[in-house]
Amino acid sequence: MSDCHDCGIAKTAPALGVVPPPKATVQRLVAIVGPPNSGKSTLFNRLTGLRQKVANFPGVTVEHHLGKAHLPGHHDVDLIDLPGVYSLQPRSEDERVTFDVLNGKKAGLRAPDAVVVVLDSTNLSRHLPLVASILSLRLPTFVVLNMADDLRQRGGSVDVESLANELGVPVALISANTGEGVSSVLRFLTGGIAIPKPVELPVLNDLPACRQWARRVSDESGYNRPAPPVWTRRLDGIFLHPVWGPLVFLLVVGAVFQTIFTGARPLMEAVQAGIGNSGQWLRGVMPDNVLRSLLIDGIWSGVGAVIVFLPQILLLFLFIAVLEDSGYLARAALIADRTMARAGLQGKSFIPLLSAYACAVPAIMATRTIESKRDRIATILVAPFMTCSARLPVYTLIIAAFVPDKPFIGPFVYTRAAAMMGLYVLGFAAAVFTARVLKSSILKSERTPFVLEMPAYRMPTWNSIGLRLLDRTKAFLKRAGTVILGVSVILWVLCSVPMVDGHAPPIEQSLAGTLGRTIEPLIKPLGFNWKIGIGLITSLAAREVIVGTLGTIYGMEPDRDAAGLQAALHRDLTFGGALALLVFFAFSMQCMSTLAVVRRETGGWKWPAIQFTYMGVMAYICSFVVNRIWG
Amino acid sequence: MQLSVKDGAAGLSARTLADLRDNEEAMLDHIELPSDFALRLMELGFLPGHAVAAAHTAPGGDPRVFRVDGGEIALRRETARHIFLRKH
Repeated sequence: MSDCHDCGIAKTAPALGVVPPPKATVQRLVAIVGPPNSGKSTLFNRLTGLRQKVANFPGVTVEHHLGKAHLPGHHDVDLIDLPGVYSLQPRSEDERVTFDVLNGKKAGLRAPDAVVVVLDSTNLSRHLPLVASILSLRLPTFVVLNMADDLRQRGGSVDVESLANELGVPVALISANTGEGVSSVLRFLTGGIAIPKPVELPVLNDLPACRQWARRVSDESGYNRPAPPVWTRRLDGIFLHPVWGPLVFLLVVGAVFQTIFTGARPLMEAVQAGIGNSGQWLRGVMPDNVLRSLLIDGIWSGVGAVIVFLPQILLLFLFIAVLEDSGYLARAALIADRTMARAGLQGKSFIPLLSAYACAVPAIMATRTIESKRDRIATILVAPFMTCSARLPVYTLIIAAFVPDKPFIGPFVYTRAAAMMGLYVLGFAAAVFTARVLKSSILKSERTPFVLEMPAYRMPTWNSIGLRLLDRTKAFLKRAGTVILGVSVILWVLCSVPMVDGHAPPIEQSLAGTLGRTIEPLIKPLGFNWKIGIGLITSLAAREVIVGTLGTIYGMEPDRDAAGLQAALHRDLTFGGALALLVFFAFSMQCMSTLAVVRRETGGWKWPAIQFTYMGVMAYICSFVVNRIWG
Repeated sequence: MQLSVKDGAAGLSARTLADLRDNEEAMLDHIELPSDFALRLMELGFLPGHAVAAAHTAPGGDPRVFRVDGGEIALRRETARHIFLRKH
């Protein structure tokens, strides 16, 4: 670390015990710690790139991210991204996890060899006290002052060299967003790391004393507070305006849905054409036997029908990522807080519920930050009502088949996008209603306070958004390759037996058909026939499986026509039945992964059973009513 | 900072964060909330003697964003009522 003047890293005097770089067999483990919103994850993503995985240690309360930093000419370094904390006083569960990991008390994980503390350089007085707690651990430490670009732009400055002297550890000013100074972090990760020099630390559980210490340290190191973020205030003047605020909110949401519908179409059509053509080609080159039927009629039409929706799901995630990274999501949470309060839920429930728009599984894990057990269970129970991305293929398929595309709200939002928005609102309303019922009956408790930090607005970077989209693609394809593939194969078998003269029977006479017709009396009142019934059974595994299932069923039909799923669906559903099917999918709990995670998080089958039954009954009754009215 | 600091006993009429007008700045005195939550607020900068200002309000009037210690924190009115201000 001698030639680093250009990258803002400061040297420290020769330290006490210099730890030599680790031996080839043991990889160094470095923990990344920092307050919320300091850019830990951005740095983590920069350092690890694609070499990361989401790890979920059994029995702990928060998700960690593990990854590897790869440096040419060095051994990889294992990195662990810890939840954001302001101190190491283990009060809440997040803090306990961070505390345990740093102290080597976490089961299944050894103590880290070094710590990288990431602070927001634009707000040192609030973020420095954490360094005092970390230094008291006596682990090799590197202090990273992030958001150097923001600091400079807003006229702030800090003398890195004197701060390093004050803290007794190396300090670097970086910008994880632009990549500035990140090389200094890499050098720390691979170089000889030193135990911090002893410096005077405040009494750690005396907050005012910690603040005074932080103030003294930042004064000594010539810290110049940056000017307030002018643009953030200007933007908040609009986004939190009593009239414009909600209007912008609705406009943003409307634009998102419209784009999801129309913007993804060309890509989806291309994917569909690719799958269709390759299927035709395979049909031509393969001999007419059972294998060809399994591959094309079972797998190709089943898995293919779901894969078509990948562009749409990615577009949804692109929007979520942009809203999240820009800082707008915190404002949306603020606007929505009154509604949450009316439902008896606290502000902390909002973030899990928002992430449930992507998937209920991480949302349910995110409820671990809620201290009140009753609030936590209430949030877990309502999270699956939020419209997760697995519902998107189902909704799109049915809406595209049954709702004509006409301008609806002005020339911008069309009826299909509006219908989709309506379904999202329906899910949210069901969640709020259920929370209200739960919180005024079996899960009654005192209201818990709401505290939400408003981060400064920031330009999202392609780097971080790209990584997340890639992650999503992997997760989606993995699901297509496991659950959906598995169900497609089983379904193909069920559709192919009992064989008639060595050929698959007419689908009504197959085992799958028999199953569907067995439950038909039960679902007839909802406007569904036996084919939809088969889809309802298979989609118990995961919601989007019904799309694959219908793909397989229609694929097995001899009079399959080229217009595809939508046209085929038109023969089997009335308008009322289609609406009922949408409502059924909005409310019912068709997701094994969610049930499994609820069982794990609540420690038993009681709550998942209640949830499954409640959601199922609600779905049945509402679909029945809808089919009655419009059927 | 420019306000004078007095350690007078807070009477019943003591003002709280909830009484702040738009853009009004004041000095924090003490928090009357369960200690876990009070500590969390202190970590975020709600410390005795620190300046606090009322900023944007969510449409509908609640919650409200407060500027404290270089950051912006949103609190509900029911919480703000328990954070007391120093008298001028």
